[in-house]
Amino acid sequence: MKLLTFQGGVHPYDGKELSKDQPIKELKPGKELAFLVSQHIGAPAKPCVEKGDRVLAGQKIAEAGGFVSAPIFSSVSGTVKGIEKRKNAPGGMVDAIIVENDEQYETVEFSPINSLDDLSNEEIVGRIKDAGVVGMGGAGFPTHVKLSPKDPSKIDYILVNGAECEPYLTSDYRSMIEMPEKIVQGLRCILKLFDSAKGVIAIENNKPEAIRIMQEAVKGESRMSVAVMQTKYPEGAERCLISAITGREVNSKMLPADAGCIVDNISTLIAVNDAVMLGKPLYHRVFTITGEAIANPSNFDVLVGQSYSEIVAAAGGFKSQPEKIISGGPMMGFAQSDLTVPVTKTSGAITAFLTDPVSKTQESACINCGRCVSGCPARLMPCKLSDYAEHGDAERFEAEFGLECVNCGSCSFQCPAKRPLAANINTMRQTVLANKRKKK
Amino acid sequence: MSERYQVSASPHVRDSITTQRLMLYVIIALMPATIFGICNFGPYVLVILLATICSAVLSEYVYEKITHKPNTTSDLSAVLTGLLIALNMPPEIAWWIPCIGAVFAIVVIKQLYGGLGQNFMNPALGARCFLLISFSSQMTTYTVGHGFTNIVTNVASTTDALSSATPLAYLKEGIHFNLGAMFLGTTTGVIGETSALALLIGGILLVCLKVIDARIPVCYLGSFAVLVLITAAVRGYSDPAVFMLEELCGGGIMLGAWFMATDYVTSPITKRGRIVYGVLLGFLTWLFRMIGKSSEGVSYAIIFINLLVPMIEHYTRPTAFGIVKEKKKKEADK
Repeated sequence: MKLLTFQGGVHPYDGKELSKDQPIKELKPGKELAFLVSQHIGAPAKPCVEKGDRVLAGQKIAEAGGFVSAPIFSSVSGTVKGIEKRKNAPGGMVDAIIVENDEQYETVEFSPINSLDDLSNEEIVGRIKDAGVVGMGGAGFPTHVKLSPKDPSKIDYILVNGAECEPYLTSDYRSMIEMPEKIVQGLRCILKLFDSAKGVIAIENNKPEAIRIMQEAVKGESRMSVAVMQTKYPEGAERCLISAITGREVNSKMLPADAGCIVDNISTLIAVNDAVMLGKPLYHRVFTITGEAIANPSNFDVLVGQSYSEIVAAAGGFKSQPEKIISGGPMMGFAQSDLTVPVTKTSGAITAFLTDPVSKTQESACINCGRCVSGCPARLMPCKLSDYAEHGDAERFEAEFGLECVNCGSCSFQCPAKRPLAANINTMRQTVLANKRKKK
Repeated sequence: MSERYQVSASPHVRDSITTQRLMLYVIIALMPATIFGICNFGPYVLVILLATICSAVLSEYVYEKITHKPNTTSDLSAVLTGLLIALNMPPEIAWWIPCIGAVFAIVVIKQLYGGLGQNFMNPALGARCFLLISFSSQMTTYTVGHGFTNIVTNVASTTDALSSATPLAYLKEGIHFNLGAMFLGTTTGVIGETSALALLIGGILLVCLKVIDARIPVCYLGSFAVLVLITAAVRGYSDPAVFMLEELCGGGIMLGAWFMATDYVTSPITKRGRIVYGVLLGFLTWLFRMIGKSSEGVSYAIIFINLLVPMIEHYTRPTAFGIVKEKKKKEADK
């Protein structure tokens, strides 16, 4: 069978064998949990509890701040201690609702349904919206917004992103192995909204076990299939995935829906299933803790609000002092200076390395080798864009499509001169976008 | 919270490839041709090689010392430039002539324009052309060497055993040379160019190691071969196909196509640009060799096309993913 893929891309060491055979284990939280009010793209949520209130697990503690926003739920029962500034993974300071865990684990009553047929399309989207489901692959785009395109009849593909192309991460892989029926049911919920769509579960060919289990799970489902893709980074980047499966191209100004596609991550589908079928809001997720510095690389079912340090401790701590800790995977994750960041809906992993060769490498001159050009999935010329960025030439940066960069880091990875191409381009892109917003 | 970890922008892992290693691969790929040159022309070639490489590295070191720039000799690019200059020398040239060329290549062509990555023409070829003009008689005297050459030069049936003309000089007149000897390289010429076989081994190694893009040599050799074949047929040479193969094995085209035209700095970065660049090189080499007066043309073809590279890159920019070209868009809207 021909493997599906996109143009460009790189082949980093995948490191998945560290944690891929570790079954998902539940993790008990510590004494204090912090719920960031901004765990998604869009307006921050507005806290709806006050200091001293008692809350239950699954209780809403912050309301959606607008249409493109999502509510936040407590993951434990306990007492609200107040609202404090806490650090998020990219390093910013954000308001967080602090809840003291009373270790009773009392949960609110959920409202499960018997059959999907009992719900109208509006009710399905409503339940997803009320459960605070957002894209859990990292971007955190509110799922109910994604599921409300201008013209639902134009949607012909629901793509389930099981590529997990980011090195080291295994949470989606474990989810596919352990909860295939939840993923399929989540997909059923979404397919019900789009009559002309077919569901495609896309998996890279380095996960044969997941492919086998998912193929088994979609047997008899006339509208679902499993697509096997070439193992290549960034196969799971939304635009690359759409191109690999459908051959359609989406640029930075378009939504996947403009190309008739809706892309959802594996974890998101599980959350959709829980929201629609069980009426259970999103307050926990599957999380990988891995890397050469971790004593026992593991996959955990963690609660939103838990601190990263608790997860590290649960994985046996560090083998020895690590030099680098990343929230997420090594290609696109955020380096952490400490472990105080709490888990959010979009955080899927911690990767810890004993050594950090990147901060020691010396940058040298570009030799025009073209490796960045051949690796770029957005068909850009990263070395040139990086030059424009360094010279502050916003005009040429934009004229040569610098805004189309998806910040996958393939260019920096491939560069023999070790230039920080992706970082330069991303900084410039953020500046250009910020200036555009100002002008508006 | 006493522990602090390294923070840097993603990605946090890098490929193991470095500039130094790429240069090393090219040097290794040149070894078959270099060793063949030593065997073919005798031990004096070794003196030329070492003297040229040393002057290239030394001039880079001294220049950077004087201008207070960081020392970059460890990236091996100066070693490679020196090696390529030496391989482009006639086998019995006075050793100090290529040394002058090496200083010119490193200081004038490379460093004065800003060092590695900034030169607009191939330093080794720039130096060769500089020497061709400055020392024209020494640079074009191909005396018979001490190795294989004196045994096999008499294969060219129309010449005596002590002839010093290169195979291309015969081809220029439409006279066939010995294709087998040209492929193996037991002929006269500059040190590194005679053996098409040794150069092919190195070139294919570079393609397999993904150091060079096969588009450049394939388009260069391909377009040149087609043009030569047509010319030979039109001029009514006997066996035009054999003539074409002899043209491909003769002179500097193999060395040029695999090792000079593929120099990163002076070749286009875009895939389509590399095709255009290769075809233009083939055309210009054909023009110089078959239409022009000289029997050689590779060096000049490459440095001239080097000058066009910024323009080629500009016009062959890839359209970004998902961006529909304005023209197509208008057509689609209609």
